[in-house]
Amino acid sequence: MKTYTYYPGCSIKGTAKQYEESLLAVFEALDLKLEELSDWNCCGATMYMAVDEEMSFALSARNLALAEKLERDVVAPCSACYLVLLKTQDYIRKYPELRIKIGKALAAADLVYHGTVKVRHPLEVFINDVGLEELQNRVRVPLRSFKIAPYYGCQIVRPYPNFDHSCYPETMDLLFETLGADVVDYPLKTRCCGGSLTGTIEEVGLRLNYILLEEAHRRGANCIVTVCPLCQFNLEAYQNRILKKYNNLNEMPVFYFTQLMGLAFGIEPEKLGLQRQMVRADQLLASVQIPVEKTRPEKVEQVA
Amino acid sequence: MKIARKVKYETELDHSFHDWISTVPGGESIRECIQCGTCSSICPMSVYMDISPRRIIAMADAGFKKEVLSSFTIWLCSSCYACTVNCPKDIKITDVMYAFKRRAIEEGYYPSRKFTIPILAKSFANMVKKNGRTTESRLVMTMAWKSGIGRLFRMAPLGLKLLKTGRFKWSKEKVGNREQIRKIFEVLEAEA
Repeated sequence: MKTYTYYPGCSIKGTAKQYEESLLAVFEALDLKLEELSDWNCCGATMYMAVDEEMSFALSARNLALAEKLERDVVAPCSACYLVLLKTQDYIRKYPELRIKIGKALAAADLVYHGTVKVRHPLEVFINDVGLEELQNRVRVPLRSFKIAPYYGCQIVRPYPNFDHSCYPETMDLLFETLGADVVDYPLKTRCCGGSLTGTIEEVGLRLNYILLEEAHRRGANCIVTVCPLCQFNLEAYQNRILKKYNNLNEMPVFYFTQLMGLAFGIEPEKLGLQRQMVRADQLLASVQIPVEKTRPEKVEQVA
Repeated sequence: MKIARKVKYETELDHSFHDWISTVPGGESIRECIQCGTCSSICPMSVYMDISPRRIIAMADAGFKKEVLSSFTIWLCSSCYACTVNCPKDIKITDVMYAFKRRAIEEGYYPSRKFTIPILAKSFANMVKKNGRTTESRLVMTMAWKSGIGRLFRMAPLGLKLLKTGRFKWSKEKVGNREQIRKIFEVLEAEA
């Protein structure tokens, strides 16, 4: 069984709990193992860089140093964590002065980082390590009634388009077509959700997310699928305020991509944290009930 | 109407400003900006900015330090990197914006009193420094406390919904080996 080092990040332990639940369930269903990096620290997200650059890189370097000892690929499901880890690697490689400073700081904490860790997003792991063909073989319940607006957000492909295009990625489109869903053409797929702006200047945050929701409606989607805790939170938790403010839209469920993968693989909704959704999607979820194969032979017996 | 001079004299500009940006990782090529405006047109936040990203780069290059550092623009940048990947001269505009934010905090420039974004950034950093991790609920609380208590009331329904769906976590997330983090800070602070 292939094992990866799992770097969860802070959001996934709080508001994005259902991302972690569904991620772990899907990895298990695919016979892959995620082992949480012990004693990981916050990646610094977009905030720490605005206060102290070196410290921000050093924080991530600590995570990388801890992970390097385990000699496995690191899987970071949160786009912000994923980007910050990649950026730290890139900058300490490019800037020798920075590398020396960070190295000294790590040494004081009995840590060392050689720069060998491979940081990956689970979306890319599914596509490259499992493969679309194998994913298709695992489908038990095709997602036929799902019309998906694939929303990648920004930081999964920018500024490091390691596995897909930086403005018009298609990995997730392919993934969900493979799982039987109808994927709509969604040109705003990497337009920013505003990140933490919903919490700081709500007016601006709501507008940005309204634009995303409106376009998903216009394109005929019946749900949005995300890969990042902040995108999902903004689009879902603020949705009632957005609908109230702009009053020309209907509710639209916002899922993590791993939740829908899990449904397609026949995993129970509770294991995928679907009861934690704020915008209910009962009708859609009813359409992907696991087929009741086991009950049929019993019925035959009764007749006989 | 008070008549005031709108144009700065050359001597009032800070010419060391662009030299400083060139030393920031990602800002090396700022002098090569051709003012094409790609950054402003692709930026999803530019409609809310008081100075467009293209103009910020030009002003920084010309030495308008005070205007740049006290603009809303630098704080509205949400780090989506759309400008960075599209800039034809390879200026890492997002990194430059980060550098402006840091300098603004260091030197105490703010676009307005109780402006929430720098407050959030500082609260975030303090929390990481202390615990090694952030706890979202506590972070929002701290920010609300510092930027006006009214915010807390507006946040309450959202908090309730998170509570109901089991996504509200109040217990502090902490790193076990905080000593390690403290040592890392110590070294970097001593060098600074």
